[in-house]
Amino acid sequence: MKKDYVESTTPPEGYDPQREQMLDFKVEEDLDKLCETDSKNFILTTVDELFNWARLSSVWPVTFGLACCAIEMMAASATRYDIDRFGAGAFRATPRQADLMIVSGTVTAKMASRLKRIYDQMPEPKWVVAMGSCAIGGGPYFKYGYHVVKGVDFIVPVDVYIPGCPPRPEVLLDGLMRLQDKIRGRKGKFVQPKWVQDYASKIPYVKPEKGR
Amino acid sequence: MSQKLVANLKSAFGERLLGASSAHGDEVVVVGREDLLEVARHLRDRESCEMLLDVAGVDLSEHPSLGGSADRFEVNYLFRSLANRSRVRVKVRVEEGQDVPSLSGLYNSANWAERETWDLYGVPFRDHPDLRRILCHHEFEGHALRKDYPIEQGQFCTVPEKLIQDHDIERAAGRADSAAEELHPSDLLTVNIGPSHPATHGALRLECLLDGEIIVDAKAEIGYLHRCFEKEAEDHTWAQVMPYTDRLNYVSAMLNNVIYSHAVEKMLGVEVPPRARVVRVIVSELSRIIDHLVCVCANLVDIGALTNYWYFYNVRESIYYDVIEPLCGSRLTTNYSRIGGLAHDVFEGFEQAVERNLEKLATAITEVTGLIARNRIFLDRTVGVGPMTTAQALDWGFTGPCLRATGCDYDIRKDAPYLGYETYDFDIVVGTAGDTRDRIMCRVEEMTQSARIIRQALQRGLPTGPIVVDDPAISLPPKEQVYGSIEGVMNQFKLIMEGTKVPAGEAYGFGEGANGELGFFCVSDGSGQPYRMKVRPPCFPIFSAYPEMVKGLMIPDAVAILGSINIIAGELDR
Repeated sequence: MKKDYVESTTPPEGYDPQREQMLDFKVEEDLDKLCETDSKNFILTTVDELFNWARLSSVWPVTFGLACCAIEMMAASATRYDIDRFGAGAFRATPRQADLMIVSGTVTAKMASRLKRIYDQMPEPKWVVAMGSCAIGGGPYFKYGYHVVKGVDFIVPVDVYIPGCPPRPEVLLDGLMRLQDKIRGRKGKFVQPKWVQDYASKIPYVKPEKGR
Repeated sequence: MSQKLVANLKSAFGERLLGASSAHGDEVVVVGREDLLEVARHLRDRESCEMLLDVAGVDLSEHPSLGGSADRFEVNYLFRSLANRSRVRVKVRVEEGQDVPSLSGLYNSANWAERETWDLYGVPFRDHPDLRRILCHHEFEGHALRKDYPIEQGQFCTVPEKLIQDHDIERAAGRADSAAEELHPSDLLTVNIGPSHPATHGALRLECLLDGEIIVDAKAEIGYLHRCFEKEAEDHTWAQVMPYTDRLNYVSAMLNNVIYSHAVEKMLGVEVPPRARVVRVIVSELSRIIDHLVCVCANLVDIGALTNYWYFYNVRESIYYDVIEPLCGSRLTTNYSRIGGLAHDVFEGFEQAVERNLEKLATAITEVTGLIARNRIFLDRTVGVGPMTTAQALDWGFTGPCLRATGCDYDIRKDAPYLGYETYDFDIVVGTAGDTRDRIMCRVEEMTQSARIIRQALQRGLPTGPIVVDDPAISLPPKEQVYGSIEGVMNQFKLIMEGTKVPAGEAYGFGEGANGELGFFCVSDGSGQPYRMKVRPPCFPIFSAYPEMVKGLMIPDAVAILGSINIIAGELDR
């Protein structure tokens, strides 16, 4: 399987530091020359980088609070922590306008199909953050939670895992920055891992009935 | 007063009472299942038991003393009379498959409580109007709290449940007929709100049937955050349950800790040291303040007043940052209380930090009330919206600020004082109309009263002395002993591995939570783990009334009401 899905800490595939350095050098030289000849300012970049920069600068999360972590998510958006500084403060009430789903809390067996549906409704490109132990792997409800899904990655692919029970708002902000790193370095199309596809396919997409 | 009630019951029913006992201050009577309806009617009409607090099932199959008998299940009904200050627990024992008469005709609060017992234990209720699963999803198989339920079995829900059926639509259309021109069922629109909706504050679902903008019928579904607290409790020691109680009402975790420890201490019969009592009062009241802050600010956001959110959230963050976090190392899930006392002593400068935050709170309350008290938009949105009379509220099982907003001055801190609340001077805040504005304003004023209690506690000064009872069977030994002596090691090992041995029996421990009466009905079999732990969450009966409250109103009103009754999904679904 081709690995398109990379960790934020490792450089993306095909990254050649030497080549990048050469490019940078050349661009700077050119820029100096151009600035001398022309009074107008301009920036050279690739379309991918421009788009990714735009995406990472305004990650709009969907308003999707589940449990205790949702209270910390609220705290992250309030005055002391102010998630707006990172461009992610515009919580959208509808998944159709959102880029990011912060799964903040325990996912139960009843909620799982609803969560999948909200994820399906979000337009591409989209990212998922699993916030807190419950969303990562069931957390304290791992063993005897007969009604708890043991990790949201059984249902949707997860980009960033934020540990904690619940994670502090600072950690959520850190997770957001890790996600931004990931968006910055992204190339090509995102492919769901095979095992996630298998699990996700078990929950059928139910068409809404007509007139209801 | 409770003894008198039981004596009256004995004289009225004589031989038909199968047993009566008293333990840990709770009066218990056992009746046959055929007599239950009559006993309940007697309690409601003659003994003025206005409230049915909760219905708690117990699976007796592995119970040490009752395990072998034919009756597998026990259903406990918790009745309370506010007028007589009495309470009684009525027990019914049934075999598997035998049904119990439903009390939903007598008490509205019985409806959902019985559904829960059916869902988790499979005890059927005769003549119940709507006996469906409530916490687990509708495709769930088996009854999860039975002792023989295979726990590893994961069961996903694939298709959501249809709440409003075709016959509901036809019935609603038929009702509307007489009022105006002829209405066809297709004129009514079904609107689904939740489980993910910006106004729901947690995962819950409401399906509304709309005629134009008016809600003519509504049905609610809960259980989207059913995290199996009660099953978890059965598989952990008494002390290990403490962190789980944090996650019930995660906005006021301290209160849950304190009330849970209070319930277990009631069974153990221990008295908490004075210093721990005062610290518990202070942290409880701080926690109540935080809960009210979050509830009120979220409610105001829903009706469009965003500024108040910043004002109130600042104070909340400040309390967390200055007091709660230095106190227990965590912001939300505190895990501070212990059976028999507290986890550790308060930090240096605790009193000053609390005092500083109370001043900030007073400023914030002045600012917010200045913005909303005479605000035309706020008043238009809230006055007369979702009103409740005291009788209705009691029938639905309301407690806490939602009940007090109707004008009923019932507060457990005054009615059945614990932790020395009788020594503090504070007022019970009551409303008049029981509408959304009263509920909000009651909460705002209760914060002031809580601040009063805290100030009194601080003025008296924290008593010196230990913070946890000195009993090796209950509290962990100090670390010097654990590392320095074999007795200390053994003591620590036994307490951690086997847990505190709570004597066999059962008790209902309760206290005034932020939303109302939070109770823990504990059954112990004498081992280190609870045999059964039933939470009586204040939200659950309040939310069961919600579909009735919104009928005849518009969706924006429904949103305003939902914020004002303060539904915390963790506590609602457990």
